[in-house]
Amino acid sequence: MVEYGDIRVVYRGGSKINFRKPVISNDSRFLLCASGESVKVFSSVTEECVHELRGHTGQVTGVLLRPSNHLQVYSCSTDGTVRLWDFTDGILVRVKNEKGTFRTLVVKQVCVFVFAELFQLVAVNLPQTPDQLVEARDLSAVLSDVSSNPSTIAFGRGGEYLASVNNLKMEIYFFKKNKSYRFEPFNGGKNTFTCIACHPKDDCVATGHDDGKIRLWRNFKQKKEYTYSTLHWHHSAVSSLCFTPEGTNLLSGGVESVLVQWRYNQENQKDFLPRLGAAITHVTVSPDGALFSTSHSDNKITIIQSCVKVSAVIQGLVKGENVTTGLLVDPRSKALVLNGRPGHLQFYSLQRDKLLFHLDIVQQEYIHEAGLEQFEVVRAAFDASGLWLATVEERKQKSAELELNLKLWSFDEQTQSFVLNTTVSAPHEARITAMCFSQAADSQTTTLVSASRDGHFKAWQLGLPAHTDGTQEYEGPSWSCDFVGAYHGLVPRCCCFSADGSLLAVGFQEVVTVWNPTSWELLTTLSQPPGDVRNLCFGQLSCSKYLLGSNNKKMVCCWNLLTCSLEWSTSMDVSLLLVDSRSENMAAFCCQDGSTDLFVFKPSEPRPLFSQKAVCSGRVIHAVFTPREVMLESSEESSQWLNRSQLYFLTEFMDLLTFSTKAEEEKLMASSKQLVIDDTVAMTPFYLLLGKHRHEHLGNEESAERTPLPQSSVAIKELLQTPAHVLPATSFLCSMFAKSLLISVTETSRRVGHRFNLNNSDSDSNSSFRFRFFEDMTCFTRAS
Amino acid sequence: MGEFKVHRIRFFNHMPSAIRVMAFNSHTERLVVARADGAVEIFNFADNYYQEKVIPGRDGKAVEALCWVGRRLFSAGLDGEITEYDLENLRPRNSMEAYGGPIWTISSNSQGTLLAAGCEDGTVKMFEVLEDRIQFQRNLSRQKGRIISLSWHPTGSQIAAGMLDMIKIFDAETGHATHRLLVERGLQRTSNSQEVVVWSVAFLSDHTIISGDSAGKVQIWDGITGTLVRTHLLTKWDVLVLAVSPDESSVIAGTSEGTVVQFQFISSTVDQQDKQWVRTRTFKSHSHDVRALVHTDTAVVSGGVDTQLVVRPLLDKVEKNTQESAMRKIIFPHRNLVSCAKKAGLLLFQFSDHLELWRLGESDGNGKPGDRLPVKRNPEKLIQLKRKGEDNICCSALSPCGGWLAYATVSSVRLYRLQLDNNISINKVSKLPKELNSVHQLSFSSDSSKLFASSILSSVIVASVKELECKYLHTFKPPSDSRQPVHLLSPSEDGNWLATANTGGEIHVFDVHKLKLHCSVPVCGSCPTAVSIHPFSCSLVSVHADQQIFEFSLKQKEFTAWSRKLQKQGMHPLWLQRDAPITRVTFNPNNPTHILLHDTSMFCIVDQILPLPEEKTRFYNQSVLQSLSLGERLRNSHAFKVYRNFQNLLCVDLMEDHSLVVVERPLLDIVSQLPAPVQQKKFAT
Repeated sequence: MVEYGDIRVVYRGGSKINFRKPVISNDSRFLLCASGESVKVFSSVTEECVHELRGHTGQVTGVLLRPSNHLQVYSCSTDGTVRLWDFTDGILVRVKNEKGTFRTLVVKQVCVFVFAELFQLVAVNLPQTPDQLVEARDLSAVLSDVSSNPSTIAFGRGGEYLASVNNLKMEIYFFKKNKSYRFEPFNGGKNTFTCIACHPKDDCVATGHDDGKIRLWRNFKQKKEYTYSTLHWHHSAVSSLCFTPEGTNLLSGGVESVLVQWRYNQENQKDFLPRLGAAITHVTVSPDGALFSTSHSDNKITIIQSCVKVSAVIQGLVKGENVTTGLLVDPRSKALVLNGRPGHLQFYSLQRDKLLFHLDIVQQEYIHEAGLEQFEVVRAAFDASGLWLATVEERKQKSAELELNLKLWSFDEQTQSFVLNTTVSAPHEARITAMCFSQAADSQTTTLVSASRDGHFKAWQLGLPAHTDGTQEYEGPSWSCDFVGAYHGLVPRCCCFSADGSLLAVGFQEVVTVWNPTSWELLTTLSQPPGDVRNLCFGQLSCSKYLLGSNNKKMVCCWNLLTCSLEWSTSMDVSLLLVDSRSENMAAFCCQDGSTDLFVFKPSEPRPLFSQKAVCSGRVIHAVFTPREVMLESSEESSQWLNRSQLYFLTEFMDLLTFSTKAEEEKLMASSKQLVIDDTVAMTPFYLLLGKHRHEHLGNEESAERTPLPQSSVAIKELLQTPAHVLPATSFLCSMFAKSLLISVTETSRRVGHRFNLNNSDSDSNSSFRFRFFEDMTCFTRAS
Repeated sequence: MGEFKVHRIRFFNHMPSAIRVMAFNSHTERLVVARADGAVEIFNFADNYYQEKVIPGRDGKAVEALCWVGRRLFSAGLDGEITEYDLENLRPRNSMEAYGGPIWTISSNSQGTLLAAGCEDGTVKMFEVLEDRIQFQRNLSRQKGRIISLSWHPTGSQIAAGMLDMIKIFDAETGHATHRLLVERGLQRTSNSQEVVVWSVAFLSDHTIISGDSAGKVQIWDGITGTLVRTHLLTKWDVLVLAVSPDESSVIAGTSEGTVVQFQFISSTVDQQDKQWVRTRTFKSHSHDVRALVHTDTAVVSGGVDTQLVVRPLLDKVEKNTQESAMRKIIFPHRNLVSCAKKAGLLLFQFSDHLELWRLGESDGNGKPGDRLPVKRNPEKLIQLKRKGEDNICCSALSPCGGWLAYATVSSVRLYRLQLDNNISINKVSKLPKELNSVHQLSFSSDSSKLFASSILSSVIVASVKELECKYLHTFKPPSDSRQPVHLLSPSEDGNWLATANTGGEIHVFDVHKLKLHCSVPVCGSCPTAVSIHPFSCSLVSVHADQQIFEFSLKQKEFTAWSRKLQKQGMHPLWLQRDAPITRVTFNPNNPTHILLHDTSMFCIVDQILPLPEEKTRFYNQSVLQSLSLGERLRNSHAFKVYRNFQNLLCVDLMEDHSLVVVERPLLDIVSQLPAPVQQKKFAT
């Protein structure tokens, strides 16, 4: 990523969790998945993110359990390193440097196999040195011409052979004989291989194909006399295949969003888990076979018990094909709001990196069918208090007219959700180009303005409560059109309220008009150099006298509304102009030569506060300032603009990026370090209760010794020494025994946690043994 | 290539009969196919799958089982008789009543000494195979319920018999049942009470028994202990037939859904030796029940209700992308069912139980090539002649003048005099020479004065026909001692010559006037599929099953220069890749250098003047060639002019008025006459 002073662009939150196959830990308690530049460790029970293994500086492209130590995990990244983590605690154990970028990795016993850039499968021998950073030089290419997709490669029974498919070719490499067999059984058509899985016990390779067939290959040790059988249920390409650890079942998934479980050798018996919500991209099984997990195209991981029942869903930020609503911030929950599932708005908490909920806007069943046009949410707006949400949905069919609905939703305090208040069907005759609420905090008189291509802008206001004759139920106030404005038949492209809600600016192609929202009179028109107005923004706080606009002729203008004159203008191709509601700062994204530059400035000052060239490749399509929960205290001038709010932006490749300062990152790293040092307990809400409690005592008694085991207790002695046949009934003894184990309040100060192997990962990086005795709380014991 | 007025005929409602059972003789590489109408066809797999011999069936004789014993062929049917066929004279040799009710199956032991027949009354009857007949030996212990299927252990010590609800294993020595394997009734279909029929069993040399039953299961049993090893549920419907590869490493099963499923005996892990039967490939080449299956070394041969014989090579056994690896479908017979009266403009269609005589339509319109001409007079059916007796028609002929019609069955020959001028009359010629009793091919000379008939011992009988009279003239005896039947008779246009070809590959030319052998064409390895004598140059053109073309000059008694050149250069690969044999050779009197050939998928004019195609040259369809530019067309023109616009051709012949008769039989018409297939759930329906 691009460095600029101490500010850099990072992936933080909302990254893909379905990018690569997740990994389930041996005890099925954790699920690890690559997510942006880090590896996330989720609890498979609570769906919470337990740790985030940070350290890579490029996208993580593969995660795998270490076969020799199931508490450690390898990860590889495009930054050229393979890292070994102790994932239960989130410690970085080993870093290996490697030239080139890794696409993915697979692990077999001692060697690590990685895909290098040139689509080669490379075996890397790990040097056995205690250093934390080792450079691996011992590389040998095993297979060349492999596909970039890691699901096209698999290890066979006990790692004896390696099978790889690419397009219409299949290659099986036997390690012992150092010999590979290549098969090209099909002439073409839709028989392209898509994925592969090897049976753990038998020499049987399952491959998925583009036409939805699964083929089970056997007898592939001969060049010619190989044979296969075909299973066919999927109607389009099989995207992932997986055998269960004992090899009794084969799992497959595809775009049908149905998990299919085939019985090995009884292939006409199969189980289905339908309605998983979105196309399956990966299927994995935990090493003990108790859990399956499916990754889905809508950035979701479903955890499924082996009885084919969904037990947990881990949902990431849903990224559709395009975000038409733009990025919004819900003023109430501070969540990021954008298009989610088809016909829904998603509320995503950036602080917790968690999807909060989906709001069904369209309220129609979504039908999965190629080429079928459906209602889509295209615009959304919040008012300043977060009480009202306005949405626009539209459906454009080739033959039929455009269907538009404007919906207004009010926030219901009781249910803590948005409730539909008013539906306006066909609010305009053509597509709505812009929509905004009046910024005034007074919710009773709030105004919504929508501008459309039909040449009008309409103001909508909450009407008075409808007076009914008493027989009908009382209906709350509803929204109705208050004013229809037009200017010389020009098409309004954008509209904007001033911060106090006293002015409305509407950009009609080349003309900016300023209206009074109370009387709806046209106050003034602002001259503008030729070019259609693209963005309009009122200044905030001390700069509220300024109105800024950008046009498609590479001009940015700033008008002084007091004098109604052009304050300044500059030549800049601004694609996106936005204002931070918490400060005077404005951000402008300029697209140049395939990359985007950012300028942060105050309208009143001639010099930008911050500028960065090439923040990302490609266009930035949406951006938003989100308020921070805790203000940063940065003294450096260039990063001051990030103190109150964060700037998130979405590139055309659907990457959600943000800016982070060095101080912020240090804080983050510190918090994760801290996590390593004084906690072995998963960071769960439960921990927060227990952990604090324990901290107090740990602080007090650093030098305390191990408590003697409670064998000395009279009750136990009696229990152990009395002959069995004279003992009273067990039920009688039980309560007595349990009582003897309890420690009275006065004794609590004597307990201590004893531990071996302090977390000095340098000294003994391989071992992850860790013992701890909790005499008072039987909380978490872990066998290595 | 010349322009023709084409009679495009689609009113020949030829309907092939369903394939009932097949048997393969791996020594002679002959496949025998029995059809539902009782006809038995023999295909030579060594000679490009050519249909060498056809033995017509008869009413009420459905063949239920076929069995090769050495070179001898036995069949059994629901009439309760075991029949041996005379493959040289193309007729049943002798039949023997088994006295056990309908026979469902026969099977011979690998030594070829015993024939076991499974009967309706629950007995397995053993017959001893003698030199000239079979003789009843004994019954194995009688069971309740019919014996549906039989399989000998390769050593001949045991027999497995598939019955209703069970499989019995008999000791062949003592005749006692040693094991009784109970087959589970199907859970799939509604009533559990419906008994399950074991349609097919296979007894392997390691004492594994494989069974296919009406519940859709293929089950693998241990024949020593009599226990079930594995069950593979293949279909909701029936598994009708099983076939084992010669090396016993693969078994195929045919189902009612039209699929053929392969099972292979392979080890589950690469290094270990313990093998098991694993279901592998599924072939779907039929739309209806697969009733008959043969597993050769390299291919799966299947046939069923949809009347097609499908040869699907196993790609792991043959070289890929060779001619051998191509799938073949044999739909139409490899012989002519249509006779044309060139002078009279009449067509005779041969069905198994009747003949139809049609007069061609007329058109006086002129048009550009490719135009459809208006029909002035519709074609009309003049005569429909039902055959007499129970035997099906094996051959028929119409004289060129349209005055004579002859047909033959296995037992008799009938000759009719036709009057078609104003009022149609047909008179049977009552007295036929007694030599005309066993005939497999008939033909009239070009002046309609003589009738040629191929008869027993590869001989050809010549009879003169005149005014309701038929007189025996001569018998042409082959110079060699070949006993193979003559399957092609071709009198020359000038009336001097008669060319005959037999299934042994010999071609003889007889002088009709002198009534003696003129010459013999040197025998080549492949069986001739069509022969004809050129009307002007007196050369004989023969086309063989391996797609080779020869031209033999009758005057010099040697191959012509063109033929030598063709052989030297070799046939074009695309020509060799065609899978149907050429069934007719005709000549264009306007253009003596043209030879007209056709098979079921194309017709071709071979121009002897033009250069032969190079190996790399493409075979353009003539209509494509027309659209190319002149230079391109000249560059691509060569001796073989292929025309593929007509499909599924049964006959292409040139009439005397230089119009071309093209008889097509669209596959869709055949498919529409088939019974409804079993109901299957298809995706997205």
